[in-house]
Amino acid sequence: MVTIGPGEGLQVDLQSSVAAQFGRQFGRQIKAVITETLEGLGIHDAHVEAVDKGALDCTIRARVTAAAVRATGKDVWKD
Amino acid sequence: MMFVPGNNPGMMADAHIYGPDSIMLDLEDSVTMAEKDAARLLVYNALKTIDYGNTEMVVRINPLNTPYGKKDVEAVVKAGVDVIRMPKTETADEVRELEAEILKVETEIGRVGETRIMAAIESALGVVNAYAIATASTRMMGIALGAEDYSANLKTNRTPGGAELLLAREQIVVAARAAGICCFDTVYSNLDDMETFRKEVELIKTLGFDGKSIINPRQIEVVNSVFTPTEKEINKARAVVAAIKEAQAKGSGVIAVNGKMVDRPVVLRAERTIALAVAAGVIDKEEAL
Repeated sequence: MVTIGPGEGLQVDLQSSVAAQFGRQFGRQIKAVITETLEGLGIHDAHVEAVDKGALDCTIRARVTAAAVRATGKDVWKD
Repeated sequence: MMFVPGNNPGMMADAHIYGPDSIMLDLEDSVTMAEKDAARLLVYNALKTIDYGNTEMVVRINPLNTPYGKKDVEAVVKAGVDVIRMPKTETADEVRELEAEILKVETEIGRVGETRIMAAIESALGVVNAYAIATASTRMMGIALGAEDYSANLKTNRTPGGAELLLAREQIVVAARAAGICCFDTVYSNLDDMETFRKEVELIKTLGFDGKSIINPRQIEVVNSVFTPTEKEINKARAVVAAIKEAQAKGSGVIAVNGKMVDRPVVLRAERTIALAVAAGVIDKEEAL
């Protein structure tokens, strides 16, 4: 689950069962995917709260994009 | 063709492991209105990222006259989907409208002509217009029966024997064959009754369908076992094809195999048996003939 609110810079708070079990490298990877996705959408200031249960990168990208679209009201598809 | 809900990333990631010929990621009936945007993004990212190998990837979009349909087309064409399944198709004009939307997106990304269309026929009007739908676009690869909506539209119910679907099934097979495209039967939802499911698959194979829609990996084995030719059928088909080749080499059109006359329709059926055996992986393409 991903929620996005206002923030300064990109701040990601991650709760991850995978990172907790297998180490910090997974946490870093998940945070990197979240940050890259938001930057790709032109979002550079946001506070992100993410709860991960072992999702694939493509799922994280989709969840982050959906949360960003809902937060900003700007869709990635044409109307 | 295995149906997978487009809002379930776990199922989308694992579906191809079970070896279906094609996977249909669903953005329509299995996704609530509140989740349409999120499911579209899940499907887009899954198609872009997951290696589905040789599995044919289909996405069922929402109808174009909803707020979701055009965005679905944009997303899945940009993700490189093989086939868009159009729900509740009733007229050839609807197919042409979808074709125009696809072309718009393909032109934008420089991938013109790659996306094919499958039309689901789910109403009496759709059945009546089956041939017009099947021939509405050169992108059409197949038509499929959607039996739940169709039965409701007929004001009847689904029954184990499927008497209520007989005309629709036959009409869809005939329309597809006349148009030179494929046809696929509807789903069977009762996973606890594999015996009735097998009978239904045997029935639709006899009617001429190319395949069956399924909702669970457990159904794959049954469909494959019904559609895969037996060793006896393959050997008979090989004998027919070999005999006709020999006859053609000698300049003769009609031959006999095991005392029975073999003419063109028999040869066509034999060739289809061999093609099915190759597709099912029970014989190699090289050793087919």
